Amino acid sequence: MKHLFFGGIHPEEKKELSAGKPLVTKMEPGQVSILMSQHIGVPCEPLVKAGDMVKKGQKIGDGEGMCVPVHASVSGKVIAVEPRRHPSGQEITAVVIENDFLDTPDTAMTAHKDYSSLSNEEIIAIIREAGIAGMGGATFSTTIKAASAMGKADTLIANACECEPYLTADDILLRTSPEEVLEGMRIICQVLQPERAVLAIEKNKTEAIGVIRPLLEKEKKITLKILPARFPQGAEKQLVQSVTGREIAPGELPISAGCVVFNAGTLRAIYRAVVLGQALTERIVTVTGEGVNNPGNFYARIGTSYEDMLKAAGGLREETKKVITGGPMMGYAQGDLSVSIIKGTNGILGLLEENGDKDDYACIRCGKCLTVCPMKLQPLYLFEQAEQRSVEGLKHYYLMDCIECGCCSYECPGKVPLTARFKEAKQLVREAGK
Amino acid sequence: MKYAVTSAPHIRSKNKTQTIMLDVIIALLPALAVGIYRFGLRALGITLISVAAAAVAEWLCGRILYHRSSLPDLSCVVTGILLAMTLPVSVPYWLAAVGSVFAIVVVKGFCGGIGKNIFNPALAARAFLMLFWPVYLTRFPAAGERLSLFTRGTDAVTGATPLHDMQIPMLPEISLKDMFLGNIGGSTGEICTLALLLGGAYLLIRRVISWRIPVAYLGSAAVVTLIFFKGEDPLQWMLYSLLGGGVVLAAFFMATDYSSSPVTPMGQLIYGAGCGIFTVIFRYYGLFPEGVTYAILLMNAFAWVLDKYTAPRRFGCGKGESQ
Repeated sequence: MKHLFFGGIHPEEKKELSAGKPLVTKMEPGQVSILMSQHIGVPCEPLVKAGDMVKKGQKIGDGEGMCVPVHASVSGKVIAVEPRRHPSGQEITAVVIENDFLDTPDTAMTAHKDYSSLSNEEIIAIIREAGIAGMGGATFSTTIKAASAMGKADTLIANACECEPYLTADDILLRTSPEEVLEGMRIICQVLQPERAVLAIEKNKTEAIGVIRPLLEKEKKITLKILPARFPQGAEKQLVQSVTGREIAPGELPISAGCVVFNAGTLRAIYRAVVLGQALTERIVTVTGEGVNNPGNFYARIGTSYEDMLKAAGGLREETKKVITGGPMMGYAQGDLSVSIIKGTNGILGLLEENGDKDDYACIRCGKCLTVCPMKLQPLYLFEQAEQRSVEGLKHYYLMDCIECGCCSYECPGKVPLTARFKEAKQLVREAGK
Repeated sequence: MKYAVTSAPHIRSKNKTQTIMLDVIIALLPALAVGIYRFGLRALGITLISVAAAAVAEWLCGRILYHRSSLPDLSCVVTGILLAMTLPVSVPYWLAAVGSVFAIVVVKGFCGGIGKNIFNPALAARAFLMLFWPVYLTRFPAAGERLSLFTRGTDAVTGATPLHDMQIPMLPEISLKDMFLGNIGGSTGEICTLALLLGGAYLLIRRVISWRIPVAYLGSAAVVTLIFFKGEDPLQWMLYSLLGGGVVLAAFFMATDYSSSPVTPMGQLIYGAGCGIFTVIFRYYGLFPEGVTYAILLMNAFAWVLDKYTAPRRFGCGKGESQ
């Protein structure tokens, strides 16, 4: 099949497990724990203490600079401010709130039904106050992304590729609230004034495409780009390449190639913040996998524990070997269900097979890793350098270009732990550079 | 921890080294079957002895050198079959066994095992046998001579292979059709081009190999024999050159050996072309009619350096830029 980015793979999609299920919107956890770090950058400082009463949408953590504030996703009483485990593994301060089930709204933010009179600075300030970070999983500050792209972007790309197997969160978002995503695109268009705005989606989401198409008939600026289903289509560099043919230079962001990419969920959050005056407190999460009894899509409150999420999905089967945050290609394995949902959590998977790296591996030099690498790296030689811990060698083979998509590890018949070793080696190179 | 915590990715393709090797074995079967049909059950005997010796040697290497079991990856079976296919059916049984052990222990094992050997094990072993026992490897049973399991190889009626005729040089009397179907003398696995192409197509469809090495190999051999033809008809000379000897077997099954060939697309093209050119040069100027073995061994030595100088262009850097 023709594809426009280099390499890539097409694993079994497994999206049918949850794709046909309606969006479950009634999610009422008894307790939420809101982590103070749900974005890349300095964590927030909590603004509340145990015993405080909070309203839904109230800002409960903020900080300086790149910090993205966090908000209460339920109204109720703060019962603890203590370290909790982040899905990426670290211990992070969390505000634990007991739900009073009243959803008393916070009124700090105002709705702007007509946003055309708002200045760019006002819109960016609203995005910041609403605590929006990239919802595709990377959780980069949307404020910074939008502000740094002003006057530089000729192409806005809405990323609804959802190329990871199993996940259907963006898919159901486009099927149920397409206008909110498009309105988010229009708001960003007002700020960035790009020449064109492209909604990029993989062609396997036929139903979502059917919903979006008629909505774009009268649209002047926004076009639909249907891409082949191929992982990692939704990775920023690969998506920019697929949509525009441009390659982003090493170490650079998409804006260096005149592009800015926002996840569909992020755009919807922008719409809600600007037009409805709502902070980011909820998101769609796909709970799926062969280990989940009743897979589905859930409109979940940030801070809901995995335990509660899985309960809503009928629980885990006993044979479940692995629980994953995010997709099976790039997601993080969770040892238990104590963690809670953050802004970047697009899926929770229960898998019956472990499929971990093993000690019994051998590179047979088949070269398949080269053919699948979307960054045109030579993983087998990178691995040799990583084994020798040669910083020079790792740089020579452009280790830092690796996007950790996992294609090489997926494809490797010798089961060499390529991706895992590259993640460690990057740390080595970073330390050597200090 | 209740659930397994390992690094991403959490799904893996079903392809294993073992499945790849099994595919190679399947792809070799048609040509091997024709060899057994044409040369008799002794061809099967040679193959079984070769594979058995390779398996024993591999087991020992696993125990002593690698400290892990390398038998299940089946690569030693591929080596055993390939070596047997490059031998005339009349070689003594022990010769096949000696060759297999040399391939597995010296060529592969001493380099560190699968994926680490510089030279193609089967061909390096063949070159080794050629050094000590050239007489066995240069006598071929006449076309149509079938040997039973217990016929002594030395009793076989020998005859000239098409390549012998071409060394004179003259075009063989045998028709191109018979060459294509394998009604000729030669090594067990190399005679039937049709069966080899079937196997090669299977490897391409299963994506075990890419088209680059075989196409570059056969293409360059074709071009060189067309330009520097002998006799009167360049086209005939080219076709007999490709159908005779082990070129087709080598292009699909020997030169494509993962371990001893380049991994970069451009490196594979240059490597394949080099194999083709040297095969013809060795046939024209070498001591023996056939040049495949030494051409590939020579190019094996270039594999690493070819990879080094044909690295893919870095993502995000235009052509000609390094940073």
